[in-house]
Amino acid sequence: MSYEIINTSVAEYKKLVESLHSESFEMMVDLTVVDWFRKKEPRFEVVVQFLSVSKNERKTVKVFVDDEELSIPSITDIYPSANFYEREAYDMFGINFLEHPDLTRILMPDDWNGHPLRKNYGSGRIPVQFKNAPKVE
Amino acid sequence: MFDFWATNSEEGGWNISSTDEGSQKMLEEENEKQIKIQTGTDVIDDFVIDEDTSDDERMIVNMGPQHPSTHGVLRLQAELEGEVVRRVKPIIGYLHTGMEKTGEELNYFQGPTNTTRMDYLSPLFNELVFSLTTEKLVGIEVPDRAKNIRILMTELNRISSHLVALATGGMDIGALSMMIFGFRERELILNFFEKTTGLRMNHNYIRPGGVAADLPDGWQKDIEEILKIIPEKLQDYDDMLLDNPIWKGRLQNVGILTTEECFAYGVTGPSLRASGHSWDLRKAQPYSGIENFEFEVPVLNEGDVFARWRIKVLEIFESLKIVEQALNKMPKGPYKVQDKKITPPPRKRLDESMEALIHHFKIYTEGFKVPEGDAYVAIESPRGELGCYIVSDGSSKPYRMHVRGPSFCNLQALPVIMTDSPIADAVAAIASLDPVIGDVDR
Repeated sequence: MSYEIINTSVAEYKKLVESLHSESFEMMVDLTVVDWFRKKEPRFEVVVQFLSVSKNERKTVKVFVDDEELSIPSITDIYPSANFYEREAYDMFGINFLEHPDLTRILMPDDWNGHPLRKNYGSGRIPVQFKNAPKVE
Repeated sequence: MFDFWATNSEEGGWNISSTDEGSQKMLEEENEKQIKIQTGTDVIDDFVIDEDTSDDERMIVNMGPQHPSTHGVLRLQAELEGEVVRRVKPIIGYLHTGMEKTGEELNYFQGPTNTTRMDYLSPLFNELVFSLTTEKLVGIEVPDRAKNIRILMTELNRISSHLVALATGGMDIGALSMMIFGFRERELILNFFEKTTGLRMNHNYIRPGGVAADLPDGWQKDIEEILKIIPEKLQDYDDMLLDNPIWKGRLQNVGILTTEECFAYGVTGPSLRASGHSWDLRKAQPYSGIENFEFEVPVLNEGDVFARWRIKVLEIFESLKIVEQALNKMPKGPYKVQDKKITPPPRKRLDESMEALIHHFKIYTEGFKVPEGDAYVAIESPRGELGCYIVSDGSSKPYRMHVRGPSFCNLQALPVIMTDSPIADAVAAIASLDPVIGDVDR
């Protein structure tokens, strides 16, 4: 099995994914984000894993997302399986996937503030409050 | 007094458009892209029922999150037209506990305690994938006995997980004896797990550097008993269900998933193999020495619910073969790496050696440091490709720990399976994908 890491830019990301799809990388297995808060500039790195079943190969694509815009093209039209993963990345890190058909929160409640997996989001900072729970006087 | 049902509020009672559970609407009809996802027509529209019903007869029904046959807290928003499901939107997140965030706060030695709780039906696979990723980053090779124990335990876990899938799948469709049978046989394996690891589930047994403890005395007897009893019981299941006309009528040609759809929606594991592709990471990208075992990968071509049920039975037979080989050729030697910087020394050494005490203290307080870098490792869990992506910044805690759960991805294929088929088949479709919500929501 061969394993390759490709670093690319936001502008060329979609083109690269299209070429991977035509190179018989049938599956997009995983999409996730790493937050390099105060360690690297720009801050967010999108990491996408591709798998070719016919060639038994894996490729990892890494893209740094601009801090100001925080947006990257969606690849749901090429790989429908990216749908949930992009929603998760939006939910947890606040990355906007342009042209995503339904970019809403997936794991957190719809009215949640903030993006929990960011490094400057302290865990346990917000007390858990169930909505409409009877208030204790 | 708190107005719980909001009966006195200006909005006046139950407001459908904005409830606690978020929007109660499917997406607008104009959004073609989203409709494609909700009806699964992105690839091939394979099953259409034509009915003369008007739009007025369409209604949106919520199934779950508290529904016994959604295998946890999965919620489905389905648009029905008469009895036919037209659109489905899986809504998840009801079991989200922030385990990836927690993973950043636990060191590598504590990590498996966290990951083992994700897919609670196959905890040992979660521990294994975390340990393999850590070992890849550190660059250590575990001893042969540890590898063999890992294979033995994970394949037993695959059997127990598939038994639950068969049991709950049977229960959902109404074959209640199947539920009793599946859980009864699983008990055999869980008893062995309890004897070995101390717990029936959430074992924290496979750890970076090896396994937590050696196999207990007389473990061969227990395995031999499992190897004797499970095939007999599988024969019972076949006698009961394989030629059962009700079972076949209920499952055959229902919820068809083609190979292309599996690729497009990222479906792996038994569901892919039931759709006619022999992709198995144990053969293609072997891990933990599984390339030294002889077994076959069963493949079925129908791609329906029946094939997805049948493939699990066939995979149990193959796993039993692996367990038998692991029993017969269990090598002697240490069950964890002898590098005291990574695995703690045996308890009794603490009384006699200052060095051992220091290592023990260091590992249990700070943990071991992992060199900078990132790694993605994937293994074949009972539900498909289970991957773990760890980024290390050189400290003793992962900078980012992400688990690619197979259930999360497989769930996206649910609209493909469910749309344009009767509502009565929906439950069979969910059961056949075998999602574990702990793995979906993490």
